[in-house]
Amino acid sequence: MNDKAGSVHKEKIYGPSDYKMDFPLPSCPGCGSPSACKIIVEALEELGLIQNSVVVIGVGCAGMGFFGTKMDMAMCAHGPSPSVAAGIKHANYDDVTVFTVQGDGDCAAIGAGYLINSAARGDKITIFMFNNTNYGTTGGQMAPTTLLGQVTTTTPQGRDGMAQGYPLHVPEILATMKGVAYSARGSIHNFAHYQRTKKYVKSALQKQTAGIGLSFVEILTACPVNWRMEPIKAIRWIEEEVTVEYPLGEFKNAD
Amino acid sequence: MDEKLFIHGYEAVGRGALNAGCLHFFGYPITPQNEITEFFARELPQRGGRFVQVESEASSASFVFGAAAGGVRVMTSTASPGWGLMQEILSHIAFCELPCVVVNVQRGGPGQGTTRHAQTDYLSATRGGGHGGYKSIVLAPSSVQECHDLMQLAFYLADKYRILTVVLADGILIQIAEYIDVKPIDFGPVPPKDWALKGIGKKEGRFDFIQSTRGLMPPIYKTIVEQLHEKYGKIAESETRVKTYQADDAELLLISYGYVARCCEEAVNMARGEGLKVGMIQPITLWPFPYETLEQKASQGCRFLVVEDSMGQLVEDVRLAVEDKKRVALLGMSSRHLAGELGMIFPETIFEEVKKLI
Ligand SMILES: Cc1ncc(C[n+]2csc(CCOP(=O)(O)OP(=O)(O)O)c2C)c(N)n1
Ligand code: SF4
Repeated sequence: MNDKAGSVHKEKIYGPSDYKMDFPLPSCPGCGSPSACKIIVEALEELGLIQNSVVVIGVGCAGMGFFGTKMDMAMCAHGPSPSVAAGIKHANYDDVTVFTVQGDGDCAAIGAGYLINSAARGDKITIFMFNNTNYGTTGGQMAPTTLLGQVTTTTPQGRDGMAQGYPLHVPEILATMKGVAYSARGSIHNFAHYQRTKKYVKSALQKQTAGIGLSFVEILTACPVNWRMEPIKAIRWIEEEVTVEYPLGEFKNAD
Repeated sequence: MDEKLFIHGYEAVGRGALNAGCLHFFGYPITPQNEITEFFARELPQRGGRFVQVESEASSASFVFGAAAGGVRVMTSTASPGWGLMQEILSHIAFCELPCVVVNVQRGGPGQGTTRHAQTDYLSATRGGGHGGYKSIVLAPSSVQECHDLMQLAFYLADKYRILTVVLADGILIQIAEYIDVKPIDFGPVPPKDWALKGIGKKEGRFDFIQSTRGLMPPIYKTIVEQLHEKYGKIAESETRVKTYQADDAELLLISYGYVARCCEEAVNMARGEGLKVGMIQPITLWPFPYETLEQKASQGCRFLVVEDSMGQLVEDVRLAVEDKKRVALLGMSSRHLAGELGMIFPETIFEEVKKLI
């Protein structure tokens, strides 16, 4: 479009967030975590919440997509992010949006006690758990979410339920709890699911703003390196195997 | 709040914190400090503050991490087994340099130990109880008044240096009642917490990352660790505090802290009554420890009797300060008047030991 002076007027339709700095991404090629982080940043921007938000990153690959984001951030130990987030919320007398970004091991193994009790209290925070069915950071060991039969470095014969336990369905469990306002599982293996997951992320953040209770979204993410798969195959594996064990959708949406 | 009150140690801890402007407390029940947690459960909601009973001491320390990162004065309180459980997070608090206060009302250890008093967490508190090699300021009250006053000092020092301050009390101090002055103490200004996490909209676009993997990006790891220890050095130089009693002409000095210091004071009076030149030096800061004060006394030819309700922890610091180890004796937990959990080290026992030594 040409304006009066004849210079070109440009309008941004889509591109990197203004809140992202030029910063090297620490993740592996094909990793799903940075895209899942991007969804959260987009949702915060579209809801007009980003300037009034604090993110708490767990220990692991999951939250690394937030490195280099112009936001207030905290990172504590492996597991306690819900308690840290609730502490930040109380310090600000609730006048802030606080959410965690945690891996499945961080959130549902070492952090399970923090998670369940935060949910039971109905802490007014949002938890984003990235499920890549293994411990990415430490080199691909079994996580609580590892599929039955899945080979990891600590289940070299494939996960056997009788020996190593069964996959944990976190949003389904949280949906049974009174303190939880919202619980969903999304995936980002294609654009339709990316958009649907973004809707879940927005709903979860809005539940927090409304002060109804704890909100939770699990996002299925690819870990091609530890899965020993090409990125394209990893995405196909999510669609064909992971979503079978972990159905997508909303499990609770309370007003 | 400026009044003279007859109150228990636990209430003095609570009122001291309120007088320091602390409106955030997160805790988990454990004897013998439950009354502190209950005080805040009662008082904070009426004052617009925040109290949460959480699911474990690991969680209360994590709430403290979060609230300190959010820029408010915050504390928790626990007793020995809970102190143990907190150590993981306290190490992260140390590395992130978050100002906050933890009260440890010592009970007998190791393990579940007893639910009564003891002084068996001295080393764990003064050496940085968790992994990684860090320091916390450790303050040791020996009266209900000091419980109140040192709580206020604890918050001041925590903010001044961005450090965890531990108030190391014991089951006796918290459960006794004394007349005290309850009033706010002005220690002077502290640096602004412009780094606090509240969302960049409230900080003119400034963003902060309070993180426990500091050092992956510049300034790199070794630099950060060195800066941290430089800060510890400064604190050691300027914040070491002691109390002395009849120490000027003393040939034998009793060294103690907490409830045991009260018994020592009594023993000094008994000794002075018989003309014996006995005094005492009581560290108020257990870290930084008053090595120099003791070194000086040692160079004047003094001898030392360390009295502590453990099998010997404080004595290690005294031996570090006094070159001639033969001049340092210990009267420890074995001298309690009873073998069970109610046993205490009484003034008479201390006095008997003094007479043997002098
Ligand atoms: C107390 C403690 N135990 C173990 C570790 C090592 N560790 C770092 S990240 C991690 C697991 C990461 O897996 P997950 O939470 O699933 O996140 P991902 O890396 O897959 O995103 C572990 C075990 C640690 N940092 N702290
Ligand atoms: S190890 Fe897996 S989860 Fe971690 S960055 Fe690489 S691909 Fe992503």
